[in-house]
Amino acid sequence: MIELRSLSRHFLVGEQLVRALDDVNLNFEAGDYVSIMGPSGSGKSTLLNIIGLLDRPTSGDYVLDGRDTTGLGDDELAALRSRKIGFVFQSFHLVPRMTARENIELPMVLAGVPPAERRRRVDKVLADLGLADRAHHRPDQLSGGQRQRVAIARAMIMEPTVLLADEPTGNLDHVSGAEVLNALEALNARGILLLVVTHDNEVAARARRHVRMRDGKVVLDQRGAAGGLPP
Amino acid sequence: MMTVDLLRIAGQSLARARLRSVMMLIAMSIGVAAVVVLTSLGEGARRYVTGEFRALGTDLIIVLPGRSETTGLQPGMFAGETPRDLTLRDAQAVGRLPGVERIAPLVIGSAPVAAGERSREVPVVGTSAEFMPIRNLSMAQGQFLPPGELDRAVAVCVVGSKVSRELFPKGDALGATVRIGERRFRVIGVLAESGRAIGYDLQELVIVPVSAAQQVFNRESLFRLFVQAHDRDSVPRVRDLVRATLKERHQGEEDVTVITQDAVLATFDRIFVALTLTLAGIASISLAVAGILIMNVMLVAVSQRTAEVGLLKALGARGAQITALFLAEAILLSMAGAAAGLALGYAASWVVGRIYPTLPVGAPPWAVVMAVLIAVASGVVFGLLPARRAARLDPVEALSGRK
Repeated sequence: MIELRSLSRHFLVGEQLVRALDDVNLNFEAGDYVSIMGPSGSGKSTLLNIIGLLDRPTSGDYVLDGRDTTGLGDDELAALRSRKIGFVFQSFHLVPRMTARENIELPMVLAGVPPAERRRRVDKVLADLGLADRAHHRPDQLSGGQRQRVAIARAMIMEPTVLLADEPTGNLDHVSGAEVLNALEALNARGILLLVVTHDNEVAARARRHVRMRDGKVVLDQRGAAGGLPP
Repeated sequence: MMTVDLLRIAGQSLARARLRSVMMLIAMSIGVAAVVVLTSLGEGARRYVTGEFRALGTDLIIVLPGRSETTGLQPGMFAGETPRDLTLRDAQAVGRLPGVERIAPLVIGSAPVAAGERSREVPVVGTSAEFMPIRNLSMAQGQFLPPGELDRAVAVCVVGSKVSRELFPKGDALGATVRIGERRFRVIGVLAESGRAIGYDLQELVIVPVSAAQQVFNRESLFRLFVQAHDRDSVPRVRDLVRATLKERHQGEEDVTVITQDAVLATFDRIFVALTLTLAGIASISLAVAGILIMNVMLVAVSQRTAEVGLLKALGARGAQITALFLAEAILLSMAGAAAGLALGYAASWVVGRIYPTLPVGAPPWAVVMAVLIAVASGVVFGLLPARRAARLDPVEALSGRK
């Protein structure tokens, strides 16, 4: 479903060329649950941004659902993001002046979904995530775990095929983090491709496939339990 | 994205950033209010002046000696010939024309007027009995100049109320004798205070029969000749008749200027419309300044909401949608500012109207429409740059807060 072929992304920082991604080849299938780990600067965020179509590779191909995305214009990329990609960020990125309901609605508003349909879908998702009584709260009236669940609701409201989570539990305590992971895994169980970038071994261990990166290269790509992984 | 949602989201972020919204609203409303107030004043002045002229009668024709229009070289100029005088005989000839209701020749000069020990230099006007109805004068005491032949220099005079007070502090002007230059005149009337005329204060005048004034000033030529037509419709016909008659009497030389009160009115109208336009232009500058302020504040808003722009892009917003969102904010603000400015402007105009009841203030509709259009247009123009800057933000950098 996602095919990355000899993907590179280079930045020029001052005089120096930084290879954030260096000849990465990866394939992901629908329903995969993948953890992506690596030290800071290993290229895992850049990988996530490129898969999320927020960034373009310097060279190589990215095929999403059978479609090569490398030659697409900004508006086509935006349309693909809208339909296929959901983002969950470490710092939630909720719009502070909007209620939980309005935040969740936002992708549908941008996509032009009619209000009645929006209401129906938001009601369902709020119930699924145990947020039904929080619909009219603004982010500053919600706990961290609740905020991240609102963000997850927003990421999945367009029923994307890929869910990209960048340190989803990084700002949360243990209990809230577990709730958030449960919510993400419930979506994965319904067939969504879940990519989780994390520093936390415990979080990474819950995935079924593990990608390790260093200096822009994939150094390990292993399926199965995390038992035998190097730290 | 639906328009309703666009406006809702834009309105929401304006409501949230209350201080900056209010600041921009004030700037824009001051601009619009300035246009409304200044054009109201200009329009008020125009209506006041044209109203005053209309009060003098639109059926009036004024004859001036000499030509005011330039129509090339006139033959007489080479001979060193001056324009012929407008004489009392000319006035009498005009007075006999069909369609002429009444005439009032005018001779004006300044002379020392003395009563006993008191003496004062005042403007002296020589005219006829018909000056009174033409100028809508009314008397406080006594009567106006007696009707009769224009060339009879009866030694009577009518004094303005101010002259009366100064020369006869005891109020015994009527029947007294005053000396004007070398001649003696009997005071037969005092003007009432109500008389008004553009250019000079009737209350400072002394009015004598026209031929008496000619003798006092030793001058044959008339300063003006007022001709009143039967009605307004006959004005053009009478004007042409007067012009033809005087041309014939002056050996075919068209050496007088005949203007109608309507033409004077039209001239003043044009002058005041130009004045109002100028004021509107000056006030528009403040609208442009408000527009630049909107641009600055929107630029700040964009940099404050960089992360939000990044998020919108991550959620699938196209560049045009982000432009539209920020532009909608600027336009909503300028429209609200225009509405507040109109209210403010009308309120201020109303207050001015209360303070100066004689001034018929009221903003002309074109100025109101123009002010609102410029306000909204400046919202669009000055909102566009910040909005496009937002749309061009790189989503990765915007989300990470590096920019």
